[in-house]
Amino acid sequence: MKKTLGIAIAAVLLIAGGFYAGQARQPPPTVIQAPAAAKAAFVPADIAPPASGPVRTLATPVSGELILVRDGESIQAAISEAAPGAVIRVLPGTYRETVYIDKDNITLSGVIERGAYPVLDGEGFRNDAVLYSGNGVTIENLYITRYKGNGIMGQAGNNYIIRNNIVVDTGVYGIFPQLGKNGIVAHNVVSGIEDAAIYIGMSDNVDVVFNEVFESVAGIEIENSRGALVEGNYVYNNTGGILAFITPGLPIKTCGDVIIRNNFISGNNHENFAIPGSLVSNIPPGTGVLVMACDDVMLEGNIITNNDSVGITFTDFSLASNAAVDPESDPYPNRPVILNNIMLNNGGNPAPVVRAILAAMLETRGPDIIDTVGMDDGCILNPERFRTIGLGQYGDCAFDTTANVATYTLPEPVPARDLADADTGRLVYYGICAGCHAYNSRLIGPPVQVVQALYMDDPEGIAAYIADPERKRPDYPEMPPQAHLDAATRLAAAEFMLQLEN
Amino acid sequence: MSLRSFAASQRSRRCWPACWLVVIVFLVGWGPGAAAADGSPGFKLSQTCPPGFELTQGACKLRSLYQRYGSLQGAGVGGLKTGLPPWRDGFSPQQIDLGRYLFFDPLLSADHTLSCASCHQPDRGFADGMGRSVGTDGQLSTRSAPSLWNVAFLQSLFWDGRAGSLEQQMLEPLFGAAEMANSATTLLASLRASAVYRPLFAQAYPEHFSHPGASIQLDQLYTALAAFQASLISLNSRYDQYAHGYSDALNAREQAGLNVFRSFVARCAECHTPPLFSNQQLAVIGTPEPEGMPFDPGAGPGLGEPTLRGAFRTPGLRNIALTAPYMHSGRFATLREAVAFYTGGRGHAVPAGEDLRIHWHIWEPRLTDEELDQLVEFLHTLTDESLKPVTPVAVPSGLPLMHGPATPITTGNAP
Repeated sequence: MKKTLGIAIAAVLLIAGGFYAGQARQPPPTVIQAPAAAKAAFVPADIAPPASGPVRTLATPVSGELILVRDGESIQAAISEAAPGAVIRVLPGTYRETVYIDKDNITLSGVIERGAYPVLDGEGFRNDAVLYSGNGVTIENLYITRYKGNGIMGQAGNNYIIRNNIVVDTGVYGIFPQLGKNGIVAHNVVSGIEDAAIYIGMSDNVDVVFNEVFESVAGIEIENSRGALVEGNYVYNNTGGILAFITPGLPIKTCGDVIIRNNFISGNNHENFAIPGSLVSNIPPGTGVLVMACDDVMLEGNIITNNDSVGITFTDFSLASNAAVDPESDPYPNRPVILNNIMLNNGGNPAPVVRAILAAMLETRGPDIIDTVGMDDGCILNPERFRTIGLGQYGDCAFDTTANVATYTLPEPVPARDLADADTGRLVYYGICAGCHAYNSRLIGPPVQVVQALYMDDPEGIAAYIADPERKRPDYPEMPPQAHLDAATRLAAAEFMLQLEN
Repeated sequence: MSLRSFAASQRSRRCWPACWLVVIVFLVGWGPGAAAADGSPGFKLSQTCPPGFELTQGACKLRSLYQRYGSLQGAGVGGLKTGLPPWRDGFSPQQIDLGRYLFFDPLLSADHTLSCASCHQPDRGFADGMGRSVGTDGQLSTRSAPSLWNVAFLQSLFWDGRAGSLEQQMLEPLFGAAEMANSATTLLASLRASAVYRPLFAQAYPEHFSHPGASIQLDQLYTALAAFQASLISLNSRYDQYAHGYSDALNAREQAGLNVFRSFVARCAECHTPPLFSNQQLAVIGTPEPEGMPFDPGAGPGLGEPTLRGAFRTPGLRNIALTAPYMHSGRFATLREAVAFYTGGRGHAVPAGEDLRIHWHIWEPRLTDEELDQLVEFLHTLTDESLKPVTPVAVPSGLPLMHGPATPITTGNAP
C-alpha cells in the first residue's frame, strides 16, 4: 500500500516536472492591444431602445366579463354572447368546432387542470380551429389537433397574442397570423404541419419567441413582413428550420428587418412532405436557416447544428422555381448580417439538389453558410470560423449585437381606428343614408330638409326610428331597418343629418 | 329595320336643320338654369354629388364606413375591419354627371349602335350577362366584360391588367375595331357637332370654356367617363354590415360560408381579399375556355413573362351574383360551377401541352358539396346596389339607348 502510494507520488512529480519543463521552452504569448470600445450597436430607425421593465407590454384589454365554457358546450356560442373585453375561459374537454372571433378585445383562454388541456378536435374534416379578424385578440392554452387547414389563423387583426398553445398534426399551417400589425407568438409547441408550423405572413412588428417547432416542413416562416424578432425558439427536425421569404405575387411585396437570434436550430433533416406546388415544397431537407429575397436579415447568437444540407442559406427567387415571376418584387436578399453564431456539423449529408450544386464546385459536404447570389453588401463576423460559399464580397459588420432591439412589438397598441368617432356620422350619412336621401330633393326617401323640419332638436328620435322604421308616408316606400348600425353610430348619423346645410 | 339602319336614320335625322333648330330652341328656352330632369327636354348636369360622395370645395369625395379603418402598409387588403386601398375621386358633380350621359350614349361608337352601357349594363352588375362580349357588327370578343362596380379602387384594368388607369383603359373599347370601332377624329367631330353636348361640357369644364372659341377636347370625355365609373361604389352589402360589427346580418349558413371562404382549405380570401375581395394581383389558376376556344395566354405575352402565361387579374367579387357567367371567358354559367372549379384539383382543366405555373393557392381542398353550397350563399351576401346611378331616359345625342336587356348568349357550359 505504502509502496504504491510512493510510486504514485513519484509519477505526479515526474509529470509536473515535465509540464514545467515544457512551459519553460514555449515563447511568450502574443498580446494584442485591441480598442476597448465595442462595435457600435445596431439601432433600427423606428424602434426605441428598451426601457427598464417588461420587454413586451402588449395585453388584451379586459372588461371584467367572464364566460365559462364547459366540456360539451360550444365555444362559438360563448363568443357570440361576448362583448369586447370579455374573457372566455374554456375548461378541459373536447370541443369539435371551428371558432371564429370577429370582435375586438376577446381573450380566448384555456383552463389547464393537472396537465389536461381543452382540446379542439377537427376530426380530420373541419377546416380551421380558430379564425380571428378582431383587433386585440388573445388565444392561449388550447390543444389543437386534426384540422384540415390552420390551427390558429388571423386575418388583419392587430395587437394579437397567441401563446401557450399545443398544435399537433393540423393541416397546412399551425399558427398563421396574417395582415396584422403588432403581435406576439410565444411559448407554443407546434408539430406535424405540412407547411410552416408558425407562419407570419404580410405582417408588421411581431415577436416569435420561445416556441418549440418540430416535424414540420418549415419550422418558423417570416414572409413579406417587416420588423420580426425570432428569438429563443427550439427548432428541430423540420425540413427547413427558420425561413425569411419574399413570396412573389402577394399584394405586399417587401420583407425586411428580421432578427433571428438565440435560437436552437438543430437537425432539420425531415423529409419534405409539403403539398405539391407550394413554395416550401422546394426546400431541401437539411436546411437550417433559409433567407429568400428578404432584406436586412440579421442572425446572432443562434446555435445551428446538424442540419445535413446547409446551416444558413441566402438566396433569390431561383429557389421558387414553381411560382410565376413577380416583376414588382425585388429578388435579392439585400444587406445580410451574420453576427456571431455557433455552427457545428452542418452539411454532413446534403439533399440531392444541394449535392448537385456542390458537385459543380467539386465539393461533397454542405457548407455552414452559402450565399447563392454572392451579395456584395453583406457582412459577417469571424468568417474564418465557418465553411462558407459565396461570401467573398462580405465585409466586416459595423456592429456586433442587435441587443438594442429587445422587441419589435410597439410600445403602444395600434389604435383600433384611424379616424375620430366624430367622423362616423359623416361617413354613415354619405356612405349609407345618402343612397336614399338627398338634401333638398326626393330620391327614394324624403329629402333631408323634410327630416330636419320634423326632428329639429331630436337626433335621438331619428336614431330610434331608423332602427325599426314603420311606414309614415303613403307616397314613399317603407324604410329598411338600420339596426345593423349600433345605437351610437345611428345617433352620430342623425346628428350629422340634422346639421347638414346642403 | 335593323339596328344599324335604325341608327343611321337617327344620325341623319339628327342632322336635319329643323332638328338643330329644335335643339337650339330648347337650349334658349330651358337652357342652363332651367331645371331639366331626365325625360324633359334639355339637359342640365347635376350640381350635387352622387350618393356615397360628399361635395367639398367643388369636388366629390368618397365617404364609407371603411374609412374608419386602417390597413397594413396602406394596401387595403386584410380582414373584416380593414381600410380600402387607394382610390380615384375628387371629380366635380358636373363631370360625373356628364360622364353618366356619355356612358349611356351610343354616339361614342362608330356606327352608333353601342354605348359603354351595352357591355356594362347597370341591371347586370355593370357587366352584360354574356360569356364573351359582342362588339361592332356582332364581333365576339375573346373575353368577358368585367363588372365596373368599385373600379375606382383598381390599380390596373382589363383581365390581364394591361391598363394603368381608367383613361388609358377606355381607349381600347372606344377605338378598338372589335369593340366600339370609333376613331379619335370621328368621335371628337361628332361631340363637337352636337349642340347639346357643348353646354354640358362647358358646365363640367367651366374654366376651359370660359375662353372664347374653346371647343370640346377628348381628354374631357375621358375624364368624365372616368369620373362616372369611379362613382360606382358598392360597399353596403349584408356582408359589410357583418364586417362593421352586426353579426345578425349574415345567417348561420352564410357565416359558415364566410368561414369556408377565408379558411386555409378553400383559400378564397388569400387572393379575393376583403374589403374589395381582390388583392389585385395576377394569378395563374388554369380555368378552362369555352368549348372550341383556343387557350388564352392572359398577361404572359403582354408582359413578356413566360411564367405568367395564363395569368389574369384577380377580379373583385362584389355584386358577383349579378354577373354570371364567370371567369375571363365565361366558361362557368353559375357561381356553383365557378366555386367547384377550385376543388377540382390543381391544373385539372389545363389543356394538354400547356405548362403553366399554377398559383400555389390552387390545390385540392376536397370541399364538400355542402361547403360549396355555403360558399355560394356567402357570395350572394356581397350584393349591394344601393348606390346604383340613375339610368338616363334619353342621351344628349338623341340616339336610342342601346343597353336594353339582351338575350344572354351563354357561351359557358358546365365542364
